[in-house]
Amino acid sequence: MALEKPYKDVPGTTVFDAELARKGYHLNQFCMSLMKAENREKFKADQRGYLDQWPMSEEQKQGVLTRDYNRMIAAGGNIYFLSKIFSSDGQSFEQAASSMTGMSAPEYRQMMLTGGRTVEGNRYLSEIKGGKLKTNAIVEKK
Amino acid sequence: MAKISSAVFCSHVPAIGAAIDLGKTADPYWVPLFKGFEFSKQWIKQAKPDVIFLVYNDHATAFDASIIPTFAIGCAERFPPADEGWGPRKVPDVIGYPELAAHIAQSVILDEFDLTIINDMKVDHGLSVPLSLMFGQPEAWPCRIIPFPVNVVQYPPPTGNRCYNLGKAIRSAIEKFDEDLNVQIWGTGGMSHQIQGPRAGLINKEFDNRFLDRMLSDPASLAKIPHIEYVREAGAEAIELVMWLVALGAMGPNPRLVHRFHHVPASNTAVGHLILENQ
Repeated sequence: MALEKPYKDVPGTTVFDAELARKGYHLNQFCMSLMKAENREKFKADQRGYLDQWPMSEEQKQGVLTRDYNRMIAAGGNIYFLSKIFSSDGQSFEQAASSMTGMSAPEYRQMMLTGGRTVEGNRYLSEIKGGKLKTNAIVEKK
Repeated sequence: MAKISSAVFCSHVPAIGAAIDLGKTADPYWVPLFKGFEFSKQWIKQAKPDVIFLVYNDHATAFDASIIPTFAIGCAERFPPADEGWGPRKVPDVIGYPELAAHIAQSVILDEFDLTIINDMKVDHGLSVPLSLMFGQPEAWPCRIIPFPVNVVQYPPPTGNRCYNLGKAIRSAIEKFDEDLNVQIWGTGGMSHQIQGPRAGLINKEFDNRFLDRMLSDPASLAKIPHIEYVREAGAEAIELVMWLVALGAMGPNPRLVHRFHHVPASNTAVGHLILENQ
């Protein structure tokens, strides 16, 4: 009998469970290496060469090279590990989060300043029409 | 005898630490947030804890993907701030309480809560941001601190029920320690937030306020919230609220509400803050 995974039904959300942790192990350990200043320099000097030292999938490497955080998360990356990449890039959590939403950084900031994204209509996959998550009333009116 | 006098609950957003460290607390964006902690800073000067038992989570800092302890207790004499990718925060080292930590570990393990014992660990913003919010920027933290990291990074974190019951076991352990100590227990993290995926930015004020209400009116009922409810209703990272339940479980019956505060946003997060005193 399979484990219950009710969180698979939450739109726009990936829960980093044991299955994803296994898949993303080397990607996440690569991220941890960026906590050392000398490794950050090596990575910045030759990103592809640095990534090739890790037994990561090509999909994971492409995710990192294109800074596509949704792609990295789908390939087993965890946001707290991935934060080492955007911190190395000088990006904040807010900027990185906005990049995953399809909104511009100022739009995202405006959404947060006006109470954040609503939960209404964003609870179940079946509520999402045309692949678009709701933002909030104030942002959507604009 | 050592006694838990009060509990402090508080979010631990890294951007708050950055705002304090970079002198941005007077920026219009941050003013309302820090206002909510003005009372708390005065209160803790009077409350004068000897020890803080600080429940928080490590954010892939001290623990990478190689070892992931569900519950760990810091038994070292000293815990330096970690470099989280932009250099260590310029905050004091945490001075631990090895004798009390070892006493608690022995007591709660025999109560069937299997802790991981940590004797060498750096601590990240999960622990240092609440300290900064409550104490400001002192040369040294004014009391000893026992760090207690809980896994909320890899799913599943421990259940709310497990956390709540662990809190009770911690309380009974502390009350068996033969030294007169004023102990506070802090639960950190939360409240509603999601920092990943297309649904990032989710906030649920109603969920948060109901949670804060129930901390007083019906604390035991919070232990029954299943993980999926946090994720669906309040964002993937709201699951950090299970750490509040450790501190809540350690409180006696009918604690007194001293302070309550809720603010949106700090970066991607709804900041919740509560102070409770035991009768």
